[in-house]
Parts: sequence; C-alpha cells; structure tokens
Amino acid sequence: MPAKPTSTPGEILRFLAPLAVWILVLVVLTFTLSSISPAMSRIVTDTLIKLVMVTGLYIFIGNSGILSFGHGAFLIVSAYASAWLTIPPMMKKVILPGLPAFLQTVHLDPVLGLLGGIVLAVLLALVIGIPLMRLSGIAASIATFAFFVVISVIYNNWTGWTKGTASLVGLPVYVGPKVALLAACVALLVAWLFQRSSYGLLLRATREDLVAARASGIPAERLRLLAFVLSAAVAALGGALWGHYNGALTTANNVYLNLSFTIIAMLVVGGVRSLSGMVVGTLALSLVAEVFRRLEIGIDVFGQTLVLPGGSREVLLGFCMLLALILRPEGLTRGRELSFSKRKSPPLAATQIVEAAR
Amino acid sequence: MNALQMLIDAASVGGLYALTALGLGLIFGVIGLVNFAYGEYIMVGAYVLLLTAGVHWPFAILAVLIFVILFALASDWLVFRQVRRAQPETLMIVSFGLSFMIQHLYVVLFGSLTRTVNFLPEINRSIEIGGLRVAGVSILQIAATIILTTALALVINYTKIGYQMRAVSENPRMARLVGVNSNRIVAAAFAISAVLAVTVTVLFVAQTGSMTPFFGVSLTMIGFVATVIGGLGSLPGCALGGFLVGALTTLLQMMLPSHLQPFREAFVFAAVIIVLLVRPQGLIAVRSAWERV
Repeated sequence: MPAKPTSTPGEILRFLAPLAVWILVLVVLTFTLSSISPAMSRIVTDTLIKLVMVTGLYIFIGNSGILSFGHGAFLIVSAYASAWLTIPPMMKKVILPGLPAFLQTVHLDPVLGLLGGIVLAVLLALVIGIPLMRLSGIAASIATFAFFVVISVIYNNWTGWTKGTASLVGLPVYVGPKVALLAACVALLVAWLFQRSSYGLLLRATREDLVAARASGIPAERLRLLAFVLSAAVAALGGALWGHYNGALTTANNVYLNLSFTIIAMLVVGGVRSLSGMVVGTLALSLVAEVFRRLEIGIDVFGQTLVLPGGSREVLLGFCMLLALILRPEGLTRGRELSFSKRKSPPLAATQIVEAAR
Repeated sequence: MNALQMLIDAASVGGLYALTALGLGLIFGVIGLVNFAYGEYIMVGAYVLLLTAGVHWPFAILAVLIFVILFALASDWLVFRQVRRAQPETLMIVSFGLSFMIQHLYVVLFGSLTRTVNFLPEINRSIEIGGLRVAGVSILQIAATIILTTALALVINYTKIGYQMRAVSENPRMARLVGVNSNRIVAAAFAISAVLAVTVTVLFVAQTGSMTPFFGVSLTMIGFVATVIGGLGSLPGCALGGFLVGALTTLLQMMLPSHLQPFREAFVFAAVIIVLLVRPQGLIAVRSAWERV
C-alpha cells in the first residue's frame, strides 16, 4: 500500500529507484567478487546474509525508533527450527536422540525448512511483541534484551534438542552467493515497501513524536507490533540461511550475542534512519573487518610483509566504529536516501504523514 | 537460621550488583548515557591488581583507584564528550564500541585466558557470628554498599557539586546559562562512577581471585538490568534494583531443582520482563528522567 497512489510508470520508477540502485550494486558486486576465488565467494555470501539480518533489524528499529537487542533470539529460533526440519532422519537419530518422534522422522525440503523457521520466529514475535510493544525508549530496549537472554539461555541448556554449546551438525549446505543475493534482494524489497507504505509512514510519525502521533489517532502499539513481526520474519530468514551456510550450529562462546551486536553496529554506523544508510553500514563494516583480517594474516607491501599482532583486528574494528560514530553520529549517510530528482528531497515531509493519517 | 544465612548471601551478592547499578545509574542520570564501557572500568582495575601483585594492599588499591579514575576521565574526554548531543541509541553503541575495543586491547596485551591473582586472601576466611558462618568478604560487600550508597546520597543531596549535578541532569542548557561548568560536572560524575567500579573490582577479585578481559560484561548487563528495574535516573532505585536481582539470583540458586539450575538466568530475565511490563518507569520513578510533553 504505497503512500501515494502510483499511477504512471515514471512515478513507479521513481518510487523504486533508490531500491533498484542498491540491488544493482549488490548484483554487480556479488557476481564480480565471487568469481575471483572460492574464499572471496564465501566472504560475499557471509556479508549478504548479514545484510539480510541487518535489514530485518532495520525494519523495526529504523521505522519505530526503538532500539531492539532482541532480534538475536529470532536468529536462534529460526536457525534451529530449520535444522530440526531438514537434517536427514538417519543423522538425527544419532545426534539428537532427545527430539520427539515427529521431529525425528520429518525430513523437509530446504525451502520448507526455511519457511518453518520463519513461521516459528513470527509466532514468537507475536507472542512476545503484544506485551512488549507497549514499552518505549530504554525500557523497551532492556525488555527485548531480557527476551534475548531468556531464549539464548534456554537454547544453550536444552541439550536434548539443540546440543547446546557442542555443535549441531548435518544441516544441508545449500547457501552460496546466489541464494544469499536473492534473499538480500527480497529483504530489501520488503523493507522498502514497508517503509514507503502508509503503515511505515505512520510508524515513523510515532518515532518522531509519540505523543503527537497518538493524539492524531495513530495506533502506535499495533503499528510497532506489525513492524516487529515483519522484522522478525526477515531476521529469521537471515538466521536460517546462516545455519545452512555454515552447515553447523552452536551456542558456544556467545556467538549469537556477538552476532546481534555486530548487526546492530552495522545498522547504527550506517545510520538507523534510512535503507541506504543500513546498506552502506553493512558493506563498510564488512569491508573493514575483511581488510583487517587479511592484515592479520600478513600482506606484502613493496616487498615488506606487513603483519598485525594477533587479535588486534578487533581493536582496530572497534576503533573504526568509534571514529565513524564520532565523526558522523547520524550515520554514514546521515539518514538520507539516494535521491534522483533535481530538487532536494525533504527528509520526511510532514504533509505526507498527515496525508497518510487520513 | 537458614533463612538468615540466605538473607546474608542475598545481601552480599545484591550489594555487588547494587554498586554496579549505582555507577551506571549515576552516569545515566547526569548525561543520559547507558555506559556499556562501565564493565571495562571494572575489568582494567582487576588487571592493575594483577600487575601490582605483591605490593602491600593499600598501595595496590590506591594504584587501581588512580588508574581507573584516569581511565574513566579519558573515556569521557576522548569519546563521550565528542558525541554528547547524539541520539541515545548512538550513545549506547558508542559505549559498546569502546567496551569492545578495550576488551580486545586487553586480549592482545594479556591473552584471553583466565589469569589469577592472590589478592587479600585473608578476607575470604569465614567468621562465626552467633552460630552462622559468614565469609568476611560478604560482610565487606554489605558494608561497602551501605557506606557508598549513603555517601553518594549525601554528595548528591547536600554538596555544591551534587546540586550542580542535579541541575545538569534536569536541564543541561539552563544549567550552563546559570554558570555551571557542565563538562567539569560530567567529569566529576565519571570519577565517582569510577570509584564505585573500583570497589566492585576489589571485592570481586578478592572473592574470586580470577579475571578475563570479558568478565566485566556480565556484571554490566546485570547492573544495567538492575538500573532499569529500579527506575532509571533514580539512585535509590538503582540500589534497590541491584539488591532485588541479587536476592532473586540467590533465591533461585537455593530453591530451583537441580535439573532447572542451568536455566536460572532465564528465570531472572523473565522476571525482569514482567517487572518492566507492570512498571515500565521502574520501581522508583523519577519524573525528570521521562519525556515530558
């Protein structure tokens, strides 16, 4: 449901333009980089899957303005659900004897497994979202974090079903650069359509001024819930793909906590307020992380081998993040989208919101 | 008698959490920053204790105190002051980035494995009081909490710097207009929170004798949760929240059947969600901490 009824092809084109440009960039990058070497193709896949997760997070945080630390829970839930549905029954009998009979025997197609993961995450988001969306600000952030801890502790210790900190192996590995690219494009499309729908605009109004938005009759809780569920679905897509890209799942060493903070950092460094910012942030941090990883292995510069001391790449990554945030606290793109019209597009026209509210 | 024993355990664990929560709550109250790097104030102090092992204990503590206060002031000066006007979520991520960077700096310097130090082993000895066996460190924890909370309340309510701190917290712009040097007041708040962090470090290291570059994280998370339950911006609330989380943890440790023990943390955090749903403003609400219309 676009905010303005798009009629002429030109208008539709302009509506989709920023999205189309980013998708084009991703397609070109994916095909050129992944043809270089298998190692490069893994990096591309990894980055694209993270982009799916960040997009999921962005759908909620970018539109509602509430910082969620809870989306890691959806990654966990969907990854394990998809694993239960798709690991061959012969293997399940050996590695997960604690599973109930139904899950022991079921063996689904990867696509159905993915859907199963997403459905479970959506149901969870609905159940937890209904009470939590009443909260705002820091209370909401802490509550989502508490929700993440509850889910992560359960999966960590529920060893009969999840193997906990040991590895759950045997997931069919089907995710390569192309699958990840497809998922990233779908995720971006969902985010863009939601952001530009009247629901997205109304939700952005509650982000700017909750009291005024409520006074204009905008049902803030219901819109937040909608965004929360949608963003859980997209994040869950990323979570399930992550499992089928690595071929194994584990909860050891706080992987999901670190992963959630990585994707939050990507979102905030790029700028929480725009789709373009989020894409730029994800690509930038992935690039920087990769450069430092290479430096730690050692590279040749003019005949000299340059090697960073072990472990220092995280220090440098943190430093770059801080530098970006200090120099551009609004995010790398300062909350703007790509714009192709000659006149400067207003950040978010008040008239648009009023129109959408009617 | 058993109940009394439990009460002392709850109070000593809760005291440690309350001190952590107070340090976090103070900074939040004054500049609205949720300081994830607070755990690193606790962590770097522990490594100073490691390096000064063998030094007579008052000097070791003095060294920690000086280093951590300087460290906290530097973090404010170099990082947080640069982004003072940014959105709260940006501030939160800045502090997280700083905490991440320092943790990994310490991994490079000291390795990621657990290091141990034998600091003040005497205070772990148990004392008999009226038939109860109580570890000396528990008593110290309870005493330190009571003394520091009282001292902090006195400073905030009755000293010039306390008045100015409340002014900056209430309305930073107005405070500047009437001549408050807000940068100095914020620095003072960071220094006080560093003192609280040092207390936590000393008690924690004396009790466990071990440290890793990541041990500050779980304490910060618990302190963070305690601050929100208690009521952000309210110092008595922070202390109360810390005690409640500590008491709940101890209680669950004793009451839960053994097969549910690993899930203890899940119960604690589920309780946190329930408290937030019932009282989103925290147990002790502060008007100025919440957005006015």
